[in-house]
Amino acid sequence: MSAIKTFSIGGIHPDKHKITTDSPIREAGLPEYVYIPVKQHIGAPAKILVQKGDKVKVGTLIADADGIVSADVHSSVSGEVTKVEDIEGEFGWLETMITVKVEGDEFEPSIDRSQDVSKDIPYTAGEIVQIIREAGIVGMGGAGYPTPIKETVPFEKKPDFLILNGIECEPFLTADDRLMVERAEQIIIGAKIINKVLGIQNAIIAIDENKPNAIETLTNISRRYVGVNVQVCATKYPQGGEKQLIQAITGREVPPGKLPLDVGCLVQNVGTVYAIYEAVMKHKPLFERVVTVSGDACAKPGNYLVRVGTPASFLIEQCGGITEDVDQVVFGGPMMGTSAVNINAPITKLTSGILLLSKELTRHPAETACIRCGKCVDVCPMGLRPFAIACSVRDGFYDELKPLHVADCIECGCCSYICPAKIPLLDYCKLGKYELKKSK
Amino acid sequence: MFTISTAPHMNSPVTTQTLMRDVIIALMPAAIVAVLIFGIGALKVMLTAVAGCVLFEYLVSKYLLHRGNTVTDNSAIITGLLLAFNLPSSMPIWMILVGCFMAIVVTKMAFGGLGKNLFNPALVGRVFLFISFPVQMTHWPKPSFADFLNTDVQTGATVLGILKHVDVQSSATALSNQGASLADLPTYTEMFLGYMGGSLGEVSALALLLGLAYMLKRNVITWHIPFFYLATVFVVTCVFWLVTGNIKYDPLTHLLSGGLMLGAIFMATDYVTSPMSTNGKIFFAICCGLLTVIIRLYGSYPEGVSFAILIMNAFVPLIDKIFVPRIYGTGRK
Amino acid sequence: MDNLILLNIIILGLIALIAAIVLYFVSKKFSVSEDPRIDQTEALLPGANCGACGKAGCHDFATSCVKADAKSFSNLYCPVGGAKVMEKVATFLGFTAAQREPTVAVLRCQGTCQNAPEKINYIGIKSCRLANKTFIGRSGCPTGCLRFGDCVSVCKFGALHIDEKLGIPVVDEDKCTSCGACVNMCPRQLFEIRPKGTNGNRVYVACRNTQKGAQARKNCTAACIGCMKCTKINPEIKVENNLSYIPTTVSADEFGAELVKNCPTGAIVCTKPSVKDK
Repeated sequence: MSAIKTFSIGGIHPDKHKITTDSPIREAGLPEYVYIPVKQHIGAPAKILVQKGDKVKVGTLIADADGIVSADVHSSVSGEVTKVEDIEGEFGWLETMITVKVEGDEFEPSIDRSQDVSKDIPYTAGEIVQIIREAGIVGMGGAGYPTPIKETVPFEKKPDFLILNGIECEPFLTADDRLMVERAEQIIIGAKIINKVLGIQNAIIAIDENKPNAIETLTNISRRYVGVNVQVCATKYPQGGEKQLIQAITGREVPPGKLPLDVGCLVQNVGTVYAIYEAVMKHKPLFERVVTVSGDACAKPGNYLVRVGTPASFLIEQCGGITEDVDQVVFGGPMMGTSAVNINAPITKLTSGILLLSKELTRHPAETACIRCGKCVDVCPMGLRPFAIACSVRDGFYDELKPLHVADCIECGCCSYICPAKIPLLDYCKLGKYELKKSK
Repeated sequence: MFTISTAPHMNSPVTTQTLMRDVIIALMPAAIVAVLIFGIGALKVMLTAVAGCVLFEYLVSKYLLHRGNTVTDNSAIITGLLLAFNLPSSMPIWMILVGCFMAIVVTKMAFGGLGKNLFNPALVGRVFLFISFPVQMTHWPKPSFADFLNTDVQTGATVLGILKHVDVQSSATALSNQGASLADLPTYTEMFLGYMGGSLGEVSALALLLGLAYMLKRNVITWHIPFFYLATVFVVTCVFWLVTGNIKYDPLTHLLSGGLMLGAIFMATDYVTSPMSTNGKIFFAICCGLLTVIIRLYGSYPEGVSFAILIMNAFVPLIDKIFVPRIYGTGRK
Repeated sequence: MDNLILLNIIILGLIALIAAIVLYFVSKKFSVSEDPRIDQTEALLPGANCGACGKAGCHDFATSCVKADAKSFSNLYCPVGGAKVMEKVATFLGFTAAQREPTVAVLRCQGTCQNAPEKINYIGIKSCRLANKTFIGRSGCPTGCLRFGDCVSVCKFGALHIDEKLGIPVVDEDKCTSCGACVNMCPRQLFEIRPKGTNGNRVYVACRNTQKGAQARKNCTAACIGCMKCTKINPEIKVENNLSYIPTTVSADEFGAELVKNCPTGAIVCTKPSVKDK
């Protein structure tokens, strides 16, 4: 194992709050109804293939990818489609969802439900990409970029690094951590599958320091696989950002407006890699994922294996429900997640956590005057100057935004977190990005 | 109903108020040393200056700017303490209040309050007093350890005052017109601990370094400005000293005497009036160091720290424009 | 001493002379000849440089006016100065001014604090554009006014302000120059530039909600529910996606009062509904 690596620009050390590190992944059970959104990824919504009254099984294709930047959607339960219409989502907006009334738990016969680990990869690279496409796999780290596009790399851009992102730098979340501990071998085989697609032999599993169990398990198992190595990274936020991770591990930097592939790297979240393993070896499309239910106002936090489309409220109910302390319900991590308007909104392929946060944690202190301390400049992992962006946006000087490189902002929230004057710097950066896009 | 807010949903417990509180704590060792060495007079000066600054800040923010009470951010207390640290313990009260007025009303609030001022308020207050009342401002009571009730004003020159009047050619024999000679120079240990004449807060390097250690530990400031400031002064005087062999250029004396430690640790690092990026801070500190040495050695005043920092304060907006951090993915290799 | 003064005068005089000569040649060499009428035309314009005419500013607009022929001139219009200014420009350049109806910006939402009470506690910067990206809005209406006043901040003429009681922006008809800045700014496209109408009487649907009736009413009592009643009064009015739109051709004097009276939710607004009764 080589020295601990980390990225060189900026970063913060928020309180970890990893209270669910040692709670094993449990099955969340089946709700009465599931609501499966047809758009759980970046790109075009999938085309709906079912209609009211249709019977579906677990794993039945219910919506088909519309174009290249899109992903298939499968039913996560067996039962009857009762509604195909717009339902209020997480932010209160209406989203097209397929409602399925749960009856029993019957899987598509092609799915291999056995627990044994299959090691031999019987497919060619082309076949694997096709399987990944048909399994509807998207980047499960949060961005939701359809995975097959990432895998089908042009020949001249063959990457020399495959990095598995096992860094969960967001406080509270432990879904990937548990997955790495409990499904270590599967993840490594998943990495070998991607290796086969890319035609390279190595894979680096990046894990941050505060996951000793995952590091140990994966290091032990990786000894049996040629080319798979574990790289420990420092516990620092946003270590799990794609660009930060690439810099930490390879020393390369992705130039603005370029993709990781342009510097010879391919980064995959470990959750995605596990989904790839299941799709290729077990013929199981992506219809469930590990979700951390946690937060300081959560009575019984834990890690759950949840079917896509399960209402968040169903999951929250199992963890002690909403108490009076709960001030905010956050989908995703506390740094980059979104606060939900509607807790009946379904878990999607991208939901890594449901957090119940109390007022003591979220605080929302009043904004005071900027004291020019420069802490936002010090912590920005992209080397931007958030205070300058905020000033330009506040005063309406939108033409200054381009030279300030606001488009490079990764919205990690370090600046807002650290600001002693509690200025919502990230809000201004987001607004700046919006204005920049509008002026183009 | 739940609260909806934009990400991030957590924020650091450090606020402007706690940062300022940490700076006050860091100033405490120097304050204690000042009382120990200069007696009750030091306490009087500090209390007057803090009370004056807080009062002016309160009055202006409430009745002129109609902004409510901004005293709670603790910044006025720091300005008051720093101003007091720059004054001799025999300063008359009304003069201290004039200094507070210059610092808070003219330098800080007139520019729009905390975060908007171009110059360090405490330094402007000090320089204003220094130019207006040169006699009182250079009337340094002699140190008398733990002799609180001693109120006789026995005065002597500061270390830099003595050095200033030492003739370059015949350093050993020259006597200054203040009647002080090289024989009056305190030893290095005395200088380090603070047993020498001077302004309240600047005498003890040890106490100031303790404050620096606390601020570094609490992440209040980064090490760049103090380090590069002190290093520049040390290196430049060292060069002079090695070349000429004249005690006037003794680097250790320069490092330990005068307001250098106080300036480098507490004044130049003031958030509002120092650059934001790391490279900018380094450039700022080096320039401060060079100016300090130039003023000390070639200027008409024995001390140059306050002028050096104020001059560099004026360049901070420019430095912030020029020294920007490297953006990820650009400009390397 | 005298010599010194003399020397000073001579040296400074020489410097002045050299500078003058250099300046003269530079101004000759780099002079840009411009039609003097452009500056004269610009003097007639309001000088707001708002860009509402579609040009880069008043100078650009004046240039276009001077270069235009009779036909293309009729396409140029300064919405800020209005007919009066265009008349002046036209006379100055020897064209005939095209007649245009005076217009005004209208807010197509009545999601006031009373009609659409706040249900969600939002903490963040007070910006409609950001709030629109973050969530549905404090009232729960997906198309309703977000009430943070981005439009107010962008209005150069002070014609908009957030009404304290209502919580939504109100257009000052006299100050509004229909420059369209608010139309571009509003992330929910709630503003529309409409003709002022005869004697300032105009009728429009003050709602953009395309949800079904019950859902729309849940969040706002003044939402258009797509009931089709207005289409029966005037067939020019069309309802699409549960939302009615009144074209500007519908006369407010003639139909305004009746439309307002028959709209079950009060989504239709007529500025002077009593005109017909008189």
